[in-house]
Amino acid sequence: MIAACPECENKIDLPDTTRLSEVVECSDCRSELEVVSTDPALLVIAPEAEEDWGE
Amino acid sequence: MSASIGLIASRLRLEEKRLLDAFAQRNVEVEVVDPRALRFGLTQTSLPWQVALNREISGTRARYGALSLEAAGVTTLNSAKASEICGDKWQTSVALREAGVPTPHAALALTPEAALDEIAEMGYPVVLKPLSSSWGKRVSLIRDADAAEAVLEHCAALPSPQAHLIYLQAYVEKPGRDIRVVVVGDQAVGAIYRSSKGWRTNVAKGATTTICDLHGDLADIAIGAARAVGADIAGVDLVEDTDGRLLVLEVNSGVEFAGLQRALGEGCDVPGKIADLVIERAGAVPAGALS
Repeated sequence: MIAACPECENKIDLPDTTRLSEVVECSDCRSELEVVSTDPALLVIAPEAEEDWGE
Repeated sequence: MSASIGLIASRLRLEEKRLLDAFAQRNVEVEVVDPRALRFGLTQTSLPWQVALNREISGTRARYGALSLEAAGVTTLNSAKASEICGDKWQTSVALREAGVPTPHAALALTPEAALDEIAEMGYPVVLKPLSSSWGKRVSLIRDADAAEAVLEHCAALPSPQAHLIYLQAYVEKPGRDIRVVVVGDQAVGAIYRSSKGWRTNVAKGATTTICDLHGDLADIAIGAARAVGADIAGVDLVEDTDGRLLVLEVNSGVEFAGLQRALGEGCDVPGKIADLVIERAGAVPAGALS
């Protein structure tokens, strides 16, 4: 699966095992990206960690 | 009996992927549920899941998600009550003390001003922690009155009223490491040392992990801590004091186990243990087994 980085338009090759809500990093701009669709593959900027995130 | 299982998570980290792999290996279907799309009506009593494994990374969504799921009749691991207790360091301290689990002295001051008096009584050094933070965020080691005043001024300036409640924990001199034990059901399934050059030993802060022997006392105390807070699945953090006594620092209800799994290797199957517990609670049988 190929998806475009929404930040820098780099073409990112996602493995076929990629699932919704996974977070990947753009190899060009280092943005953290969330997978919001796998068919077609679609990435958005991942949410920033919030104060209440954790274990 | 068949059952449907939901895995509640807005972010699929390595842990969630390993959990989904574990369910798949057991031929049990699991629906991944993004809690950012969840909403609940007061009279709602039917949801598509019998059991929910709550892996939500946001503590607030995890707590209210668990509460709402349980209200609609869904068995939730961990329970809403366990998530609430683990999400609040003071409630955790109280629960540990009531259950007789060894834990450092702690105190709650209801204002930053009262905290100054309490710190003077407890003595230095002392650890100040936000009531509900994780990953070691904004945890402060206070060594003298000047530092105490400065940190408390910052707490007082924070906008949230909850930030003005000051949780204090006695600092325990430790041998450059603490211990993380993962408890699943009635079993301590693995333990690691977390070592750091700094005083904080959170993996999220870069601590390194090595294998820790899961001896009887360690396992018993960790299981007791998980029971004290009502958690079916728990990451129990302990520290050894200078006399070698084990003290429970905190209990995490949304345990991140990737670091522990890396250190222990395939001999310890944390996601498999969790999947087995969830399947047991669901009374589920593998997909296709009824046909």
